[in-house]
Amino acid sequence: MVPNKRGHMGEKPAYFNEMFEDGACRPPYAGIEGWANDMPAEFRSLKQSEAEALFRRIGITFAVYGEGGDPDRLIPFDMFPRVFSTSEWRKLERGVKQRARALNAFLLDVYGRGEIVRAGKIPARLVYQNEAFEKAVVGFKPPRGVYSHIVGIDLVRTGPGEFFVLEDNCRTPSGVSYMLENREIMMRMFPQLFRENRIAPVENYPTLLRNTLASVAPEKCEGDPTLAILTPGHFNSAYYEHSFLADMMGIELVEGQDLFVEGDYCWMRTTEGPQKVDVIYRRIDDAYIDPLCFKPDSMLGVPGLMNVYRSGGVSITSAPGAGVADDKAVYTFVPEMIRFYLGEEPILNNVPTWQCAKQDDLRYVLDNLGDLVVKEVHGSGGYGMLVGPKSTKDQIEAFRLKIEEDPGNYIAQPTLALSTCPTFVEEGIAPRHVDLRPYCLVGESIELVPGGLTRVALTEGSLVVNSSQGGGVKDTWVIAE
Amino acid sequence: MTLLARHASNLFWVGRYVERAGTVARLLEVGARNALIPNTSGGYRNEWDSVLQASGNSQGFKEKYGDDLRERNIESYLFFDEENPSSVASCIWQARENARIVRTALTSQTWDILNTAHQEMRELRRTERSKLSTSDLIDWTLRQGALVRGTIEDTQLRNDGYDFLNIGAYLERADSTARLLDVKYFVLLPQVDYVGSGLDNYQWRTILRALSAHRAFNWVYGGEVTAAKIADFLILNRKTPRSLITSAEEANWHLDRLARSYGRTTDAQSCARALVAELAEVSVDDIFDEGLHEFLTRMIAEVGKLSASIGDVYLSGEARP
Repeated sequence: MVPNKRGHMGEKPAYFNEMFEDGACRPPYAGIEGWANDMPAEFRSLKQSEAEALFRRIGITFAVYGEGGDPDRLIPFDMFPRVFSTSEWRKLERGVKQRARALNAFLLDVYGRGEIVRAGKIPARLVYQNEAFEKAVVGFKPPRGVYSHIVGIDLVRTGPGEFFVLEDNCRTPSGVSYMLENREIMMRMFPQLFRENRIAPVENYPTLLRNTLASVAPEKCEGDPTLAILTPGHFNSAYYEHSFLADMMGIELVEGQDLFVEGDYCWMRTTEGPQKVDVIYRRIDDAYIDPLCFKPDSMLGVPGLMNVYRSGGVSITSAPGAGVADDKAVYTFVPEMIRFYLGEEPILNNVPTWQCAKQDDLRYVLDNLGDLVVKEVHGSGGYGMLVGPKSTKDQIEAFRLKIEEDPGNYIAQPTLALSTCPTFVEEGIAPRHVDLRPYCLVGESIELVPGGLTRVALTEGSLVVNSSQGGGVKDTWVIAE
Repeated sequence: MTLLARHASNLFWVGRYVERAGTVARLLEVGARNALIPNTSGGYRNEWDSVLQASGNSQGFKEKYGDDLRERNIESYLFFDEENPSSVASCIWQARENARIVRTALTSQTWDILNTAHQEMRELRRTERSKLSTSDLIDWTLRQGALVRGTIEDTQLRNDGYDFLNIGAYLERADSTARLLDVKYFVLLPQVDYVGSGLDNYQWRTILRALSAHRAFNWVYGGEVTAAKIADFLILNRKTPRSLITSAEEANWHLDRLARSYGRTTDAQSCARALVAELAEVSVDDIFDEGLHEFLTRMIAEVGKLSASIGDVYLSGEARP
């Protein structure tokens, strides 16, 4: 069911169930049908609490400080895996890699000659007046011309072969530790499933990430580069992921206070004195990287880092300025980028999008609020959005006022009929809506491990999968052929 | 593999806080046992008061509970109270929080033990107090310390991080043994007349028990408990695992390892060697000539100096070889 731009999906959307089609089990799920059906309820709840205990013991928590309550929250883990066949995955893989290539070509272009703007394929205003456009890196070519080294592409599925890109994440997409830990925990709890099914492993992701980071060492680096992850600190909600990745790659986990600039290089403070750092995988926002260049009151960054970066003394991944490619307004033009830079047709579709900044689009959006999903251009995490069909009249009217006040801040999309995947719920097994985020690595080569993070909306009927809004996660399998 | 100065500091404090949680539990044990002997001296202040003074908690406790020195209040304050920075709960939380920051420098087993201790503490805090006995809480705390130390020994790489974990633990241990001993001599015993009395003996035995050393003492010295024997046992005897000299020598050994692997000897090593040398040469008579309290006070200051020097040289991040 493909939504067209001027229509929505029909009165009563029938959701694509990834496991059952016309009452029959689809082939990728054949290996787990028996496992799921034969599992006694007591055994299931036993396993569920075992999984939770494991998450807690390993410390895979989503720490939320300053809101009261338990600072160590667990993201609910659903044991029912989400499964792709190899052929489904191949298509996704080609599409994701294509997109990652085009997004990087776009970034290199707009900080260089801006050919795509000159060709009139994207409005100059959208690029150069974009908040995420970083004047400080104009004219600078990062190593290998790569800006976004880890591209997280959020995908939804609406039918057997229909995948849509919901948004691109070119800065610091999070959640990859869940992809890896969900797999670890599933293998630990249900080894027989992995003996009986040929499930493609994802465990070499950290090695690939390490290679990717090392491959973009700066010009002035000689010998093996020293890599480090820059974290905002242990009170950050994603700190677990930062430390997990540092551990899996065997590289240092630094905070801004551990780094300083001297001469033409960046150094970290060790017990033996300063040591040069060559590649920084930063998990802080652009604005905090360097107080001398951006937010002057940032305590998280390193004064002078941008100068070292621009003179080839250190690499920063993702490169400052990469955010201009994942802006929700720029998103609309990604298919155009693919055609422009790669001369290819997009393999993955965009969701049709109305720009409220445009008069015609705005009128349409305001007339059809009840059927649309409206998002803030720069928003994330499922906050500040309106899901028309799931909202009350009052909520819609309140949102209408917000849009009218600042139309340029909103885009709208049709309510997609997100596919469902069977999920363990109180009463047994029931379909719940899912999305998918694969993590594409871009360096010397472009790599994608066969898997990703499947998020699931655990509330019946809900289409919002964000963990801040009651979403959970699943292990994601690709069955090897 | 290099070690961030900040991470070295986190490891150092993991070592210290784990040890400190044990010390607080040991003090609770001293108080609980002392409270069991009949109060015959008349006008003699409550035994619990000395425990609070020993642990430096007297002020904080009074602000919260006034003069209500009931065992239950003391236990709440010393064991459970998260607002008291040196309660067992706070120490375990701090140890776990420091560990969480340096998870990359700890084995998963070490992290698991520290994290589990934290989870269990949360359970204990939720448990109805009537179902928890003081001795169980003390046992639980000492067991956590043993688990952490055992797991560190069993699983951690023998690298610089391992040295910082140990240096923290041994400095804390030296400090706490000195304080426990000082408490006995200076705070617990009401008047000099009591030296050598039954009460004196009982208190010594309690201190030994709190240091898990009462049987060891009998094996090493036998017979009567005297101040001189105790001082020898807890300060100068290399066989005693918690004696000052053992703690200082262990810390020194780890500092020497650091000097070797970093190829650089610093003020911290000189400081540690001076401390070990003094403890190796001093006799029990010398100590009592100086005055036990004066000697212990000086030792506590020396240990503090060593700790500060390690901070300057390794943990501040300002080191420049």
